[in-house]
Amino acid sequence: MRRFALIAVPYLWLLALFLVPFLIVLKISLSDITLSIPPYSPKLDLSAGWAGFVEFIRALDFENYVFLTQDDLYWKAYLSSLWIAFVSTLITLAVGYPIAYGMARAAPEWRPTLLMLVILPFWTSFLIRVYAWMGILANEGLLNQTLLALGIIDSPLQILNTTAAVQIGIVYTYLPFMILPIYATLEKMDESLLEAAEDLGCSRLSAFWLVTFPLSRGGIIAGCFLVFIPAIGEFVIPSLLGGSDTLMIGKVLWEEFFSNRDWPVASAVAIILLAILIIPIVLFQRNEQKEREAGT
Amino acid sequence: MRRFSLFNATSLTFGFAFLYLPMVILIIYSFNASQLVTVWAGFSTRWYGELLRDQEFLDAAWVTLRVAVFSSTIATVLGTMAATVIVRAGRFKGRTLFSGMIYAPLVMPEVITGLSLLLLFIGIGLDRGILTVVLAHTTFSMCYVSVVVSSRLATFDTALEEAALDLGCSPFEAFRLVTLPIIAPAVISGWLLAFTLSLDDLVIASFTTGPSATTLPIKIFSAVRLGVSPQINALSTILIAFVAVGVIAASLATKRAAVRADKDARAAERAAG
Repeated sequence: MRRFALIAVPYLWLLALFLVPFLIVLKISLSDITLSIPPYSPKLDLSAGWAGFVEFIRALDFENYVFLTQDDLYWKAYLSSLWIAFVSTLITLAVGYPIAYGMARAAPEWRPTLLMLVILPFWTSFLIRVYAWMGILANEGLLNQTLLALGIIDSPLQILNTTAAVQIGIVYTYLPFMILPIYATLEKMDESLLEAAEDLGCSRLSAFWLVTFPLSRGGIIAGCFLVFIPAIGEFVIPSLLGGSDTLMIGKVLWEEFFSNRDWPVASAVAIILLAILIIPIVLFQRNEQKEREAGT
Repeated sequence: MRRFSLFNATSLTFGFAFLYLPMVILIIYSFNASQLVTVWAGFSTRWYGELLRDQEFLDAAWVTLRVAVFSSTIATVLGTMAATVIVRAGRFKGRTLFSGMIYAPLVMPEVITGLSLLLLFIGIGLDRGILTVVLAHTTFSMCYVSVVVSSRLATFDTALEEAALDLGCSPFEAFRLVTLPIIAPAVISGWLLAFTLSLDDLVIASFTTGPSATTLPIKIFSAVRLGVSPQINALSTILIAFVAVGVIAASLATKRAAVRADKDARAAERAAG
């Protein structure tokens, strides 16, 4: 009985507030927009019994999905989200790997402090960390002022409100997610392997490429997915740092819902976004499982 | 031990500068006397004063704090239950769906979580306000709590609990007297994680709230949409200081607890030997 209650309480909570809402999105994505409250049809009329249910099912269609494929705004937004997330992930890897590597090579008594310094920004408000870059990247911002004072540029660079600013924002906010898994694999690496490689005539650089880098592959893959997956659906970063020509699907969905009040299309956008995300999520899970098996 | 090279030192220096400089700059400029956020006009605490007199910000902070306390507390209870189910309950009907529902919210884009919950609340005719935000935040943060707690539970020696049962404890007593004290650090960090996730959330709160309950992130977002504002710099500085003090205090506390446990273990060893 007690076991039943233990399972039932969180189970019912998640059913009611995760699965059911998701099914509602799926259903509304198959509905049509109308000028009513709520602004879509058909509505399920339970009082009409079975006949009402059949009629309700009949009225659902894939019109919104067809619409999404016809209007090039949407598929461009999906592609550009994927592209921005991909490029940002590669930059995050290039920035994060040397940091993780340096941490793993630091004296053991320093490592907990360094680790805390990486985690600390994660506890700080995401919104504030993105906002901090607005003052730096603006035309009259600190970065342009510095570059002008140093004589590197003659006129301020337009960085804020561009795709580059969005990428900087993603790299900055998601960097800890890249560093932590790479650090975890590098830290438990067997140092004697490197000594063996050097004894066998490897230079330090080739020992790194032939031994260290391949051994940290699991951490690299995990870190890349941890950045790539959430970056695709990002809303805050493109809306604060991006310009009107920076298309990202999270922002499109938001505007479709709040500005255009087109709930059925917003729901269809959400369903396709999820369908796209399933691929990297499954690959990520597979990598995690492989790592666990290798670890035991 | 391998040599810590110049390259390592350089990458750590630049890496941490990149991570911290933006926040340091934000903090410095929050003390700027000028209305123009990019021109330095001397030291001033003017924006802090204006912020503390701004009733709208104070109201939003109070809403946010209440939402965070309620949602993280409920999420900790539900998340710990869910973790126990995942690690201990063995096979039951619908287990795959259950673990799916625990992990899916972790990777779900916030815009979709927010949209789906809003459509649910409208569907069942629930008025949007503090209650709906608490429900929404509880749902996604309980999943984070359950991941944190279940990783601790998985390494827990069940023999201890069995011993308590043999000595006459009821299953609930065994959980309260044996399991809970051992997993307490994970439960506490789960609560802290849920609390900060709730404090921080803009997207899901924007979807699920009504006009009566504007949270601090929503207020910040609408203020900075049009550009940098000195008041928000002051507010950010307060929030950053709050988090930094909390995290450093927590890490010192766990360090001290570890040292004490180490000492106890050594004393016990001496006593035994």
